[in-house]
Amino acid sequence: MLLRMRSITKQFPGVKALEDVNFDLFEGECHALVGENGAGKSTLMKILSGVYPCGSYEGEIFIDGEQKCFYSVKDAEKAGIAIIFQELSLVKELSVAENIFLGREPSRFGMINRDLMERKTQEILQDLHFSIDPRTPIGELSIGKQQIVEIAKALSKQARILLLDEPTSALTESETETLFEILKKLKKRNVGMIYISHKLEEVFSISDRITVLRDGKTVKTDLKENLTKNQVISLMVGREVESVFPKISHSFGDVALEVKNLNVYDTEAPNKRILKNISFHVCKGEILGIAGLMGAGRTELLRAIFGDWNGKVTGEIFIEGKKVTINSPLDAIRNKIAFVTEDRKRYGLVIEKSIFENTTLASLKKFAKGFVTDKIAEIKATQELMDSLKIKAPSPFATVENLSGGNQQKVVLGKWLLTNPKIMFLDEPTRGIDVGAKREFYFQIDSLAKQGRAIVLVSSELPEVLGLSDRILVLHEGRITGEFLRSEATPEKIMQAATGL
Amino acid sequence: MKEEKQRELQIKLQTSSLRAYTMLAILILIWLFFHWQTGGIFLTPRNLSNLMLQTSVTGILAIGMLMLIAAGQIDLSVGSVLGLAGGVAAIAITYWDYGVAGSIILAIFVCMLIGFVHGTLVAYFNIPAFIVTLGGLLAWRGAIKGLSQGETVPILNPTFKAIGQSNVPANVGWTLALVAIALILFLTYNHAKKLKKLSLETTNNSNNQKLLSVFRAIILSVAFLLFTYVMNLEGGIPFPVLIFLLSALAGTFITNSTVFGRHLYAIGGNREAARLSGIDTKGSIVKVYILLGMLTGVAAVIFAARQASASPDAGTLKELEAIAACVIGGASLVGGRGTIFGACLGALIMSSLDNGMSLLNIRDYVQEIIKGTILVLAVGIDMAGRKTRG
Repeated sequence: MLLRMRSITKQFPGVKALEDVNFDLFEGECHALVGENGAGKSTLMKILSGVYPCGSYEGEIFIDGEQKCFYSVKDAEKAGIAIIFQELSLVKELSVAENIFLGREPSRFGMINRDLMERKTQEILQDLHFSIDPRTPIGELSIGKQQIVEIAKALSKQARILLLDEPTSALTESETETLFEILKKLKKRNVGMIYISHKLEEVFSISDRITVLRDGKTVKTDLKENLTKNQVISLMVGREVESVFPKISHSFGDVALEVKNLNVYDTEAPNKRILKNISFHVCKGEILGIAGLMGAGRTELLRAIFGDWNGKVTGEIFIEGKKVTINSPLDAIRNKIAFVTEDRKRYGLVIEKSIFENTTLASLKKFAKGFVTDKIAEIKATQELMDSLKIKAPSPFATVENLSGGNQQKVVLGKWLLTNPKIMFLDEPTRGIDVGAKREFYFQIDSLAKQGRAIVLVSSELPEVLGLSDRILVLHEGRITGEFLRSEATPEKIMQAATGL
Repeated sequence: MKEEKQRELQIKLQTSSLRAYTMLAILILIWLFFHWQTGGIFLTPRNLSNLMLQTSVTGILAIGMLMLIAAGQIDLSVGSVLGLAGGVAAIAITYWDYGVAGSIILAIFVCMLIGFVHGTLVAYFNIPAFIVTLGGLLAWRGAIKGLSQGETVPILNPTFKAIGQSNVPANVGWTLALVAIALILFLTYNHAKKLKKLSLETTNNSNNQKLLSVFRAIILSVAFLLFTYVMNLEGGIPFPVLIFLLSALAGTFITNSTVFGRHLYAIGGNREAARLSGIDTKGSIVKVYILLGMLTGVAAVIFAARQASASPDAGTLKELEAIAACVIGGASLVGGRGTIFGACLGALIMSSLDNGMSLLNIRDYVQEIIKGTILVLAVGIDMAGRKTRG
């Protein structure tokens, strides 16, 4: 037994991220770890790799039967654990060899022994049957090749346990195959691998065993042969939809927003399509949920419609039947679209300013006489918002920084309500707010729809999408792979569409 | 809830006003110290008039710089642009016979054009402001050296010189002071009336606030009367000082009460959020560079008129003085924070140090070391205070 993690429990303020989780790994084995967004996969891996130091969690970690305590990433590295991150941690300007030996360059009298470094790199790469010139700058390699360099780097540090977190998310099919070839070689060399992926296809092709995490608990660990994809999916989502949602009975009006054949291209690779031929509509008074796994293109879809995408966008947008061109957020606001963005601190709030300065940010001109602001009018409107949205703060002058997450989110919502929108995009609107505040928010979203606004809700939390939406679209790798009415949607069906089965 | 409201008002009072009062106290301490050290020379009408005159050019630059810094931008080239514009004005009036109005308009126009170029490069071509204006610092200095062929250009026109050297007649000064006081009283009254409309004024604390605003109005009025009286003892308010005060008034109005001003702080505070809220972030950045250019042009004309000439190295290091004034006045170089009042006070503190140390015959190099130390110290103390406040 190479690795054993026993009854790991990790507590964050207000949430139990992991509860009594067990996980083990044999030499030469590939053990897949699957689960919904937020099931606790990355928390578990952060514990294993020393990001969360020993003592910040309960439970024990054994390597080769010996109990270990990692206080830092360095400690874990010394014990032979290496992570290959989703976002590569290579220095683009440096060469392959320089990257592999970064921070531990072979040197004599402070001078780097370049020949030795390049020779050793060559050896490592040859072992993997992979040929690149060690002097090539990393930036010139494809993402797939960079990933392999990253693995080579880990191996050069004598890593025996490799954590692969969504390693194929940026790879093409042939690159994925090359990667799998290499992983198979590593198995023969007795390296143990933990493979995290949303793509069940891959999980079933590369792994030997599969562990399913749900809500921070291990629900199943078994050999691949004993499981089917559908079983894994129902294990992942097997949770009852909680009754924190309002009883929905929306009456729809006309179509508020219609999108036809929307294609969105990557900002850096102009030929790569992030979203492919997306067409959908949403009616007045309807809540349209958009489900999908991370990286499926949900946020990109909203940003592209909102006129905030730097890359190329093609397709047509109709608002109340009229074709519109939206080139900037200002155009979108003029067309009565609001966008409650994810990550409120980064995209939503001017955090060190007062509530009223934030609530009127998108509609300041409405409160101004000519170009002169009318603070009294702003404060009045803000006070009304604070009453109707139940924003708990001493006064409109309170600094947003000092509010709780839920109240901050209400400030963002209030900002958009003051623009009097007909179409509202909500991107992960309840992330990082506590359960009570979430429930309040759900009722607010419901009442926005009842007022006749068209709502597009993006959420990684499946129960949220299921509980709130009248209709659900599922995105997988930039395509719509499923559309379900509220009555026919089940977690299993959505998960199937989201994993591309 | 009521208690919370009171606490909030107290906190607000502390954070926004405390800094201003602290700075005023520091300024007064500096003045008293120099007055004592110079054996009673510092606080004489003659020296105070001189001090105000010295403050005016840096102060006008600091007003523009503050708006730029609030939007999270920076301009290192204002000193060179000031030199260029002064030179252009001098050449235009002395060699090209443009007349007073023509040469002033030309100088200001040149500065606004440069602001437009800087702003466009920063906002639309995504070149960092630091780099664009560092380039400007070199290039515009080179431009004036070339234009003047390295020579100092004399200004002979008496009307032009009067801009920098004349004073406002005493009775006009008094009239202006009375107008200012009337304005202060009107605004205070108006503010109180508006507060009453909101439900905020029911707490005890708002009574305190009302008292405080009355108190502030009285202090300000007395300050204006005293200022006019002292300046009139020395022949009246110097014309450049009047322009400085008017610029400060305009700057305060722009930052406090216009849509544009609010947008500047939002852009500086969180550019992403501002953009996603439909604010034209790029356009606003270009506008604020043009605005700074306009003020630089005004400062350049005053500077040249005071010297009655334009030398090719006029305005050297002025950009750093303007930035230092903003920072001492509490502006954050990250953006989103700072007031015109603070920047003006910062400029006054800087020139008080200059003036006082010169009176004490402190050697140039020592003066520079002291000013540098004080700049770093002021920001250091500010950061320490911020941390404890959490």
